[in-house]
Amino acid sequence: MSQKKTLSGELTKGIIKENPVFVTMLGMCPTLAVTTLAKNGIGMGLATTFVLVCSNVVISLLKRVIPDSVRLPSFIVIIAGFVTLIEFLMRGYLPELYASLGIFLSLITVNCIILGRAEVFASKNGVLRSALDGLGMGLGFTLALFLMGSVREIIGSGCFFGMKIGDLSAKPMLIFIMPAGGFFTLGVIIAVVNKIAKRKPPAEIGCEGCPSASLCKKNAAEKASCTGEEAAKA
Amino acid sequence: MKELVMILIGASLINNVVLSQFMGICAFLGTSKQLKSSVGMGLAVVFVMFFASLVTYPVYILLGRIDAQYLKTVAFILVIALFVQLAEMAIKRFIPPLYKSLGVYLPLITTNCAVLGAAITNVDKKYTLAQSLVNSLGTGLGFTLALVLFAGVRIRLETSDIPETFKGVPATLVAAAIVSLSFMGFAGIV
Repeated sequence: MSQKKTLSGELTKGIIKENPVFVTMLGMCPTLAVTTLAKNGIGMGLATTFVLVCSNVVISLLKRVIPDSVRLPSFIVIIAGFVTLIEFLMRGYLPELYASLGIFLSLITVNCIILGRAEVFASKNGVLRSALDGLGMGLGFTLALFLMGSVREIIGSGCFFGMKIGDLSAKPMLIFIMPAGGFFTLGVIIAVVNKIAKRKPPAEIGCEGCPSASLCKKNAAEKASCTGEEAAKA
Repeated sequence: MKELVMILIGASLINNVVLSQFMGICAFLGTSKQLKSSVGMGLAVVFVMFFASLVTYPVYILLGRIDAQYLKTVAFILVIALFVQLAEMAIKRFIPPLYKSLGVYLPLITTNCAVLGAAITNVDKKYTLAQSLVNSLGTGLGFTLALVLFAGVRIRLETSDIPETFKGVPATLVAAAIVSLSFMGFAGIV
């Protein structure tokens, strides 16, 4: 469907129209986990963007070399390689951020967004388009994480990038930086996005970007395992 | 022994993998719509997590021998992908009834970050083999518990009157927040 898109279209679609978090509902784990501070959100977003661009480029270059039957493991290994790289870079240059992102830095490997873009886009398109697609999706993800992080940091700890905000910092609503607050904030933000976009809210989490979608479809005949299947088709 | 029990309770209830660690959210939201699929997914995760930690433990020791622990992410994800593939084939061949109930969920588990997360947690906390196994078992059981409980909540959610903009995913997430809130009550047990 994106065959005839302009290059700038490839870049911008990920930021708003196909925002990975708010629209296609991918990569929820880091979105909820690391966004207790706006700074962490941006750090995580940029790290993911880096991995996304690099893996999209490499996978796009290798798309003719990788046999179809082993493509998913191959993609995962390529992605894991770049994740290891960014782990090293971050530990060396930003040790503080490295400590606060913790295990979720390693878990970028299994972030559905990256594998999803590899499967859906990079393995079918040219290098430049794949790089732009990765950059756009990454920036959209960063934007979403920044938004989540800002809301949770301002309400939950009364600060913004570590700066105290008047009366809020005296009695912050701690619940917002706790796990429950993460679910709540994301739910409300998605509702607001739905309201602004005036679109019909998705009935369920969609499958189209899910890396396992092809397996799902195969299995769907046996059993409806992927609940978003019908929603994705409709 | 006491320590193992504490790890089990900690991993399954206090630091519940879904509701306080935020791992495996995609699977959590995707398969908790029906009680049946949530039980199937949960048990498949318990199975894979347990055996994956059994396999990743010697792999990490091997990596240590050649001084390459930094390759753990790459090595673990490969081992997990391989294990899932093998397990799927083996179950299909030898235990067809089990394949019928768990099989469809197995391929989805490779990208479930809870499995890789548990394997990395085992290594980061320097657990022994027994502790790793108990931790993985607890994490998997916690995942199943969260899934089954939440499936019950979502059945009620379907029949309730929700504002138009909150229908679907937003309402599900807000409900998850409340379930997560209840799990905060476990804090401080151990």
